[in-house]
Amino acid sequence: MDVISKDFVPLSSSALKDSSLQKSMSLLGEELSTRRKLVVEALPEFEQLRDEARDVKNHTLAHLDLYLERFEEQVKANGGQVYFASTAEEARQTVLNICQQSNAKRVTKSKSMVTDEIELVPCLEANGIEAVETDLGEYIIQLRGERPSHIVAPAVHLNKDQVSETFFKHHRKLGFNAKLDNRADLVAEARQILREKFLLADVGISGANFLVAETGTVVLVTNEGNAELTTSLPDTHVVVTGIEKVIPTMEDASIFIRLLARSAVGADISAYTSFITGQRREGDLDGPSNFHVVLLDNGRSGMLGTEFQDMLRCIRCSACLHHCPVYLSVGGHAYGSVYNGPMGAVLTPQLANLDEAAHLPNASTFCGKCEEICPVRIPLPKLMRFWRNKEGAAKLNSLTMRWGLKLWAMLNQYPLIYRAVTGAGVALLSRIGSDRRFLNSLPGIAGNWTKYRDFGRPEGRTFMSQWRERRRGVDD
Amino acid sequence: MTKSHQKEVALFVTCLIDNVRPGIGFSVVTLLEQSGYSVVVPERQTCCGQPNYNGGDKDNALKVARQVIDVFLPYEYVVVASGSCGGMIKQHYPDLLADDSEYRKKAEQLADKVYELSCFLTEVVCFKPEKTEVKKVTYHDACAGLRELKIKDQPRQLLKQAGAEIVEMSEPEVCCGFGGTFCVKYPDISNRMVEKKGLDALNSGADALVSGDLGCILNMEGKLHRDGHDLPVYHYAELLAQATVKKGDY
Repeated sequence: MDVISKDFVPLSSSALKDSSLQKSMSLLGEELSTRRKLVVEALPEFEQLRDEARDVKNHTLAHLDLYLERFEEQVKANGGQVYFASTAEEARQTVLNICQQSNAKRVTKSKSMVTDEIELVPCLEANGIEAVETDLGEYIIQLRGERPSHIVAPAVHLNKDQVSETFFKHHRKLGFNAKLDNRADLVAEARQILREKFLLADVGISGANFLVAETGTVVLVTNEGNAELTTSLPDTHVVVTGIEKVIPTMEDASIFIRLLARSAVGADISAYTSFITGQRREGDLDGPSNFHVVLLDNGRSGMLGTEFQDMLRCIRCSACLHHCPVYLSVGGHAYGSVYNGPMGAVLTPQLANLDEAAHLPNASTFCGKCEEICPVRIPLPKLMRFWRNKEGAAKLNSLTMRWGLKLWAMLNQYPLIYRAVTGAGVALLSRIGSDRRFLNSLPGIAGNWTKYRDFGRPEGRTFMSQWRERRRGVDD
Repeated sequence: MTKSHQKEVALFVTCLIDNVRPGIGFSVVTLLEQSGYSVVVPERQTCCGQPNYNGGDKDNALKVARQVIDVFLPYEYVVVASGSCGGMIKQHYPDLLADDSEYRKKAEQLADKVYELSCFLTEVVCFKPEKTEVKKVTYHDACAGLRELKIKDQPRQLLKQAGAEIVEMSEPEVCCGFGGTFCVKYPDISNRMVEKKGLDALNSGADALVSGDLGCILNMEGKLHRDGHDLPVYHYAELLAQATVKKGDY
């Protein structure tokens, strides 16, 4: 996974100055949180469903080997193939082999974060296979050579005019010469181009929202219908997903389906929920002849049995992204990883490495909104804190921060010295500068405070020293 | 009633109130005394250890947590006028000390005794505040208090009893961008968040912005002042203890 999270600070600073991005982010935040609130209020058992979903995932993760084997058996019994890939490279190679064995020249792909994680499309294209993203958002960013900025709405950082520019630039060579300024026309143009891609594709690649172990079924939750065309028109269907997507039964799937669309887009249910169990059977009118499932580990099993195991419950609903005030301030690209927002801040250090992703678990105020709305109750701030501890232990955080914290803790353990030092500090701060109430410039790291705001001047004497005086007065 | 028969409450001052706004601490003392409690301020208290706990320095956070537990466990009630420090002690100490069976147990015992001020005033004592001179306020739900201690109605209820009208912001529950060291580690992002919060407060039409955590208060008042707005920002304890007129005197 290509990660540029070391650049989080410059990337976020430029994102804060990008007025069109800011507008998109503020619309995203307002619209999706309002919609989620409405649909959740309309479902009294929503909180109970969250508990059930958490419990099902915890149970499955405790017996992950068993459920993966069961899923594999069922897929095979239905005539399909299952491949376990330990690394991104193994997964890419497996998909490439399947495509090459099918003599594939053209591939269509529906939305899948795992294929972004393993950078599948560039790999296929490097091997002479045309790979087209068919989710509208993914299609737009593929044309623009960008990465998704949101795990459910990958092009949410763009506005209509930017999409219009992009289509005008790339579709002219296909004979579409008009510059469109209407949403419906833009969708229609993309649909017309993609329709041909669907019909000509040799292989269709999809992700999976859930894998049902008892039946070997792949559940796909989508809104555009492109996944259905991707998975049913080509002769070969390849599912690429993570090992943590397995759940035991169809009954369990019903819990997650009720949670997913509500959390993701604030809808009772998505436009399409497809249950795909193997390839075309005798008597079926359509569907692929070959069905393959590639299950990616890529660091996931390394979270099992650790403090990070809870993260494997994630169903990629994206609610933690568009409810996060940090994500909504800087957008997804600032995170420098395909996974962004709070879930990305926990996942990226595991899937890439902590040194590269060190900023992400720190880029949170721990406001707790993500944990409040997570449909599977992942304690995201707690998991980010675990990463911060690992950074501290590995000395990946800044020297100022490390020594500052050490000194503070030491002072805290010697109350007399603490009182002397803090007392002198606040006495000094209460005397410098000219404004009676506020300081507008502070040295060192505190300068990052006064860069944008004033600092309400300390009153001058600590509570403790005034209290001692008051007690003395009382006791006398 | 003689002093020795009076019910006693220990005050966890918090490092921010101790050093930056001792006045809030004295407002808290006033409110607790008006509620019929005598206030004890244990000498050996310092900070709750949250900066270390959230800053990737678990070992030192453990040391500070054990110290706080030793200092405060002997008291029947401990009151703290910060949801953030309160959440640290009530919610996070038992987690932090999970591997230390002796102190884990003590942490759980302490957690039961610790009350954030507005919870204490509404749930333990039935405090009836005097009328405040600030008439129209908007309340910022500081994150830790809201989500870790479920503080939402308690301060609003007290402010209403003091005769204040609450006019809500459009997003009272959205973080102000303080986040402890976050505000100096990511100043640009923190600035955007507090800028939005300030505008939301200004648009509410309130005469004052009120909250329950000094970190958020310093952040919001500092931003409002820098941007030339004179909307005052108070800790609710200051309003309830009629301490608002004194603000600005020092």
